[in-house]
Amino acid sequence: MHNFITYYIGTGFWGSLVSSILPLVYIMPYALVTMWLELKISAHMQDRLGPMRTGRWHGWAQPLADVTKLLQKEDIIPAAADKVLYLLAPALVFIGSYAAYAAIPFSPAYIGADINLGIFYIVAVSAIVVLGILMAGWSSNNKWSLLGAMRTAAQLVSYEIPSSLAILAVVMVVGSFNLNDVCSAQSGWFWNWFVFGKFPFLFITFIIYFIASLAETNRAPFDIPEAESELVAGYHTEYSGMRFAFFYLAEYANMFVVAAVAAVLFFGGWNSPFGAYLSGPVWGAFWLISKGMVLVFIQIWLRWTLPRFRVDQLMYLSWKILTPFALLNIFAVGLWVVLRG
Amino acid sequence: MNWYDITFYVFAILTVVSAVGVVFSRNIVYAAFSLLFAFFGVAALYVLLSADFLAITQILLYVGGILVLIVFGVMLTTRAQKVEVKRGILSVVPAVLIAGIIAGTLVGVLTTTKWPAANLSPYEETARPIGALLMTNFVLPFELASILLLVALIGAVIIARREKARRA
Repeated sequence: MHNFITYYIGTGFWGSLVSSILPLVYIMPYALVTMWLELKISAHMQDRLGPMRTGRWHGWAQPLADVTKLLQKEDIIPAAADKVLYLLAPALVFIGSYAAYAAIPFSPAYIGADINLGIFYIVAVSAIVVLGILMAGWSSNNKWSLLGAMRTAAQLVSYEIPSSLAILAVVMVVGSFNLNDVCSAQSGWFWNWFVFGKFPFLFITFIIYFIASLAETNRAPFDIPEAESELVAGYHTEYSGMRFAFFYLAEYANMFVVAAVAAVLFFGGWNSPFGAYLSGPVWGAFWLISKGMVLVFIQIWLRWTLPRFRVDQLMYLSWKILTPFALLNIFAVGLWVVLRG
Repeated sequence: MNWYDITFYVFAILTVVSAVGVVFSRNIVYAAFSLLFAFFGVAALYVLLSADFLAITQILLYVGGILVLIVFGVMLTTRAQKVEVKRGILSVVPAVLIAGIIAGTLVGVLTTTKWPAANLSPYEETARPIGALLMTNFVLPFELASILLLVALIGAVIIARREKARRA
């Protein structure tokens, strides 16, 4: 039983519909919680308090207020914008982020689509986000949007290579693209997780993947696509209200995708850290989401600690450091897998 | 008509309509983005035929690689939206000849191929056999393609470097 919904309702229309909507039910509260966490964490890192009034207790209702405000805003479409593409772009960006959730094994009993090529699929659909961003930047008919979109495309295409090569190393060890198989291969206590269990090789792979995945979420230190001080807000400069909310939601959704993929590939996915203790379908979801949230926290932490890369530093890091190391790593892991038998 | 048929027709129509959009669009950016939906529709048709590896590779290479490059190129060209796609009759004889050859080939393939009504055979894993075949029976074409890509890569680097030297 890999998907409890299609198991109970069947793989017909309703089962598939409910199964495909379930991640959305998760993303909405996740995004609100992470927005609040980001406000508070960034504030405490800068020796501020952050929101303290909305909802009384440490401003817990601030994201709710922000979202309500965002949805009430006027939906502005610039007169010179290309209307069709301008309206389509936010949807496309969100579709690209959301499509990846189909292959994330949330628990032993829930994966949207238990396909054999799960991780390959996740890498492939992230390409749709790139096109959505290019579409947004071009259709806004604004120089900052266009520059931001170009930078995004260059960055995402460059960092896709080390991240794919890092993923390939794990695939070589497991011998399967299926993320449920990757989880099963790491069962047992936490020292069986790939990041610890295959120590020198897959630990390096994890570092490469994590750096590259930071770049794929377009957040500092890799935020030259939106670089507030240079480009206003990059590709979503012209967007307001609901459509801006879509970009925002897609960014948070994407943060969890890369965190969940890292959790599955290197930290055991839905496996409990304590062997069979506290494991099962519901605990599985708890562990995956917890591991994902820890990695999301590290993303927020890095965002508010590190300064932004320059364009040349960005390209240098991807092409001259991460990609060669990822290639060497693939060679080392391959040799090791072959010699181990 | 079951769900399989409905899905097939939805994606088939999507593919054909977007492909027509690519050909007839006057705006070159619209043509590039129509290509996205055409590629996506083709990938969906592959999925319906249980060719999952092919479908995902289609998205990864065509959408993530080629299409991003095309859109990038179009956007780097200044005022791409004002460029009129050239229309009108330029050179009749070569055009008719080439179009005729391509059309003949396509019609020939269309008539000789057997079209199975629906692929109802159970799904089989495709990635492993494809990988095994690439490393055994088809290792020569695989290596040749790799060398071709390497040559293209080195060529691109050399062109880019020469540009830089000239500017300095």
